[in-house]
Amino acid sequence: MTEPGKLPSVTKLATGIDGFDHIGLGGIPAGRTTLVAGTAGSAKTIFAAQFLAEGIRQFDQSGVFVTFEESGADIRANVGSLGWDVAAWEAAGKWTFVDAAPQPGDEVVVSGAFDLGALVVRVEAAVRRVGATRVAIDSLGAVFSRFENEVIVRAELFRLASALKAMGVTSVMTAERTHEYGEISRHGVEEFVTDNVLILRNVLEGEKRRRTMEVLKFRGTVHQKGEYPFTIMPDQGIVVIPLSAIELDQRSSYTRITSGNVELDAMCGGGFFRDSVILVSGATGCGKTLTSTEFIAGGVAQGERSLLMAFEESRDQLSRNASGWGRDFDRYEREGLLRVVAVYPEAAGLEDHLIRIKREIESFKPNRVAVDSLSALERVSSIKGFREFVISLTSFIKHQEIAGLFTATTSSLMGGESVTETHISTITDAIILLRYVEMFGEMKRGLTVLKMRGSAHDKDIRAFTIDGAGMHIGAPFRNVTGILAGHPRHVPPAEIERLGQLFTNEGPLGV
Amino acid sequence: MGKYLLRLYITGRTPQGNRAIANLQRICQTELAGRYEMEVIDVIEDPQAAEDARIIATPTLIKALPPPLRRIIGDLSNKDKVLVGLDLSGPDDLVGDHHD
Repeated sequence: MTEPGKLPSVTKLATGIDGFDHIGLGGIPAGRTTLVAGTAGSAKTIFAAQFLAEGIRQFDQSGVFVTFEESGADIRANVGSLGWDVAAWEAAGKWTFVDAAPQPGDEVVVSGAFDLGALVVRVEAAVRRVGATRVAIDSLGAVFSRFENEVIVRAELFRLASALKAMGVTSVMTAERTHEYGEISRHGVEEFVTDNVLILRNVLEGEKRRRTMEVLKFRGTVHQKGEYPFTIMPDQGIVVIPLSAIELDQRSSYTRITSGNVELDAMCGGGFFRDSVILVSGATGCGKTLTSTEFIAGGVAQGERSLLMAFEESRDQLSRNASGWGRDFDRYEREGLLRVVAVYPEAAGLEDHLIRIKREIESFKPNRVAVDSLSALERVSSIKGFREFVISLTSFIKHQEIAGLFTATTSSLMGGESVTETHISTITDAIILLRYVEMFGEMKRGLTVLKMRGSAHDKDIRAFTIDGAGMHIGAPFRNVTGILAGHPRHVPPAEIERLGQLFTNEGPLGV
Repeated sequence: MGKYLLRLYITGRTPQGNRAIANLQRICQTELAGRYEMEVIDVIEDPQAAEDARIIATPTLIKALPPPLRRIIGDLSNKDKVLVGLDLSGPDDLVGDHHD
């Protein structure tokens, strides 16, 4: 019993599954059983196997895998594709199977009352044999389909869960669900077998599969609420993306870094902040790739490393573009100051892209990251998924205390805003708009710093030109209005003068 | 007909286990007199035996010989099902006094 005012004493066991321990606020309840429920193909078996694998790999904790469905040989082969050598762990006495899968070709006749005492005895013996900390049981549905008597099976599973608790091991049991949103599991096992329920989902959303994970309950302890996306990486297994679990605890820096363009630096009040995320939005051909190229070159000039994640153009195209503006990507790469990763957006799901970008950042350790363009990634996801992706990426970049520059493409040539912009503008620290401005039958380019968190900045919309040396920012458009709305209108000088007199410097009390 | 080799797996001396032993002895004496060998294995004393035979439910009766191998689960209180499981039920057994 818990005394009033005293916290319950449920401790957590870190699973070691990437990202999961964030949403479980430390892991799963230690010394207890957690039910992992999901529909067919929701990665239950992988979760169960990874729970043991990470225990061995990260914490030197042995595990017992109880299988009711697939044989031990099948599981060894299946998880082998995730890079886990189960046979080696078995030989080292770190992993053992309790193979309770049906034997091919043997018929089972039931005559009278029975229990699953032998199963409990085998699990106990296996736990003792390898000194197990973790037990995975996959899956309960197979037990129910094997024995007709549900009442006996339920009672026996409860006995198994009690035996596991008595041994002090932390266990996961998988169970089937028929629907993504509905009763927790097919046989209603959760009510009596376990106090802790984790749900894995694999939902079809706008023709795309989206995997999510939700901690439904951890009795007596806390956890993050709601669904969190996850993905399965070929050599790593499950990786959970703990979105809202991300804490806004990154330090904020007042150190300025150059944007790679002195005029733009001046407009931003002396450059970007070192750990800020900048969004550059504009129509196609407006200068976004140039802005990211200058951002990289500005870093290189200071001896900083840059990572360019390109989702629209190949490495060679980017290199050719850059040389047209007098920037030599090949040299930067030779000097080890630049890494260009060009990926086709459709090549993977958004979760996989996110993890790929994180890995590139972790391995290359850049000072600057440019993503050109973020809009291209929108195509491979739902709006919700995209927003989650941007939040997660932004947070990751800030945690590394490096600068990120994302580009976004607007749908209309003049004015307007991009979908990307709509969804992520509140997440970024600075927004730079690049716009076409039509004046007297000529297309000019305009640039403005719409927002610059924590700093004064130039509020003008300035004309800029592009030549063989890059971007040149000039005078503000003094006699044009409606640029951002996409309807530029020339204003005669007389009217500007009149407008100027409308707003005098006098405050409400008069100066 | 060859000799019957029967192994009965139980988990401790529970009433259920004892019932299975008694039921099996009675069936064997009436149906297989003189041509059976019976072994009782307590998995608590020998977990490895349960592991090797892949037993999960108890009591489990395994007919090791003659082939094919058969498993019968339960306290063996339903004699007809036991006979089916042991391949001992002929066509003449279709008429009989069932109790279930």
